[in-house]
Amino acid sequence: MKEGFKSNSRLERILKAGHFAVTGECGPPRGADPEAIRKKGELLKGCVDAVNVTDCQTAVVRMSSLSSCLILKEMGFDPILQMVTRDRNRIAIQSDILGAAALGINNILCLTGDHQKAGDHPQAKNVFDIDSIQMVAAVKAMRDEGKFMNGEELTVRPRLFIGAAENPFADPFEIRHLRLAKKVKAGADFIQTQCIFNVKRFKEWMKRVVDMGLHEKVFILAGITPLKSVGMARYMKNMVPGMDVPDEVIERLKGVPKEKQGEEGVRIAIETIQELKEVEGVHGVHIMAIEWEEKVREIVEGAGLFPRPEI
Amino acid sequence: MVVGEQKPLEEILEMIEPYDRLILAGCKGCVAVCAAGGEREVRFLASAIKTARKAQGREIEIREVTLERQCDPEYVEQIRPFVGQYQAILSLACGVGVQFMAEHYRQIPALPGLNTTFVGGAERQGVWVERCQCCGQCVLHLTGGICPITRCSKSLLNGPCGGSSNGRCEIDPEVPCGWQLILDRLKELGQLERYLEIIPPKDWSLSRDGGPRKVQREDLMR
Repeated sequence: MKEGFKSNSRLERILKAGHFAVTGECGPPRGADPEAIRKKGELLKGCVDAVNVTDCQTAVVRMSSLSSCLILKEMGFDPILQMVTRDRNRIAIQSDILGAAALGINNILCLTGDHQKAGDHPQAKNVFDIDSIQMVAAVKAMRDEGKFMNGEELTVRPRLFIGAAENPFADPFEIRHLRLAKKVKAGADFIQTQCIFNVKRFKEWMKRVVDMGLHEKVFILAGITPLKSVGMARYMKNMVPGMDVPDEVIERLKGVPKEKQGEEGVRIAIETIQELKEVEGVHGVHIMAIEWEEKVREIVEGAGLFPRPEI
Repeated sequence: MVVGEQKPLEEILEMIEPYDRLILAGCKGCVAVCAAGGEREVRFLASAIKTARKAQGREIEIREVTLERQCDPEYVEQIRPFVGQYQAILSLACGVGVQFMAEHYRQIPALPGLNTTFVGGAERQGVWVERCQCCGQCVLHLTGGICPITRCSKSLLNGPCGGSSNGRCEIDPEVPCGWQLILDRLKELGQLERYLEIIPPKDWSLSRDGGPRKVQREDLMR
């Protein structure tokens, strides 16, 4: 590990070198097929500095994040292990953190996780022993103090670059930057935001973040999701809590023929990235192309972020 | 109070199917207040059971009693003089009452006529809402008198999560976001700065997670 670095994370090196970072996302399959991961990996190769692997997102059972991370690591990626507190208590969380670090995972994204009520096993018992902020603090204590949550010492410290999420579009808006401040205080090194469609509101949030000086303490990666169709835009607007898709975006997609809506969605994503690049405090983008990984390269190229720096 | 809801009649009939002589025991405590297992409900349920059994051509004898409380040995013991004449006790108390019956009368089964749902209160006439999860370590002083363990669907101590939208929870637009309520209240109290403090992980060993709990008061024990 290099001097002044917290981990062996490629993402950490990119950000600390002052590059505008690009991360991607890979959702594991609903089966035991490693090829599904490799296929997505192939589409993201060379386009991203690191790749998030979701942890049973929307509370739907999928291949575990850690196993999928390992498959991507074998392909040369620097995976970001997403971990939710919904399904694990503090014993399992700390155990998985040690295991991930031992397997050479360098990044973790600490999340609370979607409630299982909207998932595929609404009858499940949830855990929520700790919340995402407490989890950030736990990983930091393990890494920097060599201590478990109970205060006892551990042997080899997990060298992880610690991430957290924030949703500038959830309510109440007036405390969203304060919640970010809590995550920074807990020890987050980087933040990945919810998908941004309402750039105006995102900028208002960023202004508050910058006013608090948080952008100097944490790297902020702005979330981007290309919209495939008007239907997808409407679904996200109406069915996904905390998602803000303005009517202008829907109108713009409606304004082109159905078969061209995907192209328009990609164009919107590119324009959004270009606009966000100019926003003070934004250190990169996190592209979540949901089951549409083949478009990531086009978006990264279109935004002038290709090729990714060798570092 | 402990809020309960009567089980569907079908389920109760199935449960008491093997028996022809039954004690139907109500409770004058919480479940009477929430109109699930008091004197009135005992009367109605007894009548419904008898009607159903009559239709099946298998009449049933039901002894109706409603005890002061079923969570107190003193009152539970009141049915001892005649319990031997019956084959089962169908209790309309909360789960505590059913278990106290089972502990006291070991020769016959105690059956639950209610689903014990939560510890809560009456929001208005006919509407009861959950307010306490009995976590054993109250944090209401930190959160403006609104319980994050109960009111937040994820029991977050440092919420709200990213699913809070227009004051509503991600699980259901009918459910208010507990953390929106907490923040509104902290603002009313002029304590919004409290929000910046990170509340540390909770000690769940004081909750049910630590195993069945017991409160022991030496000063009251004889």
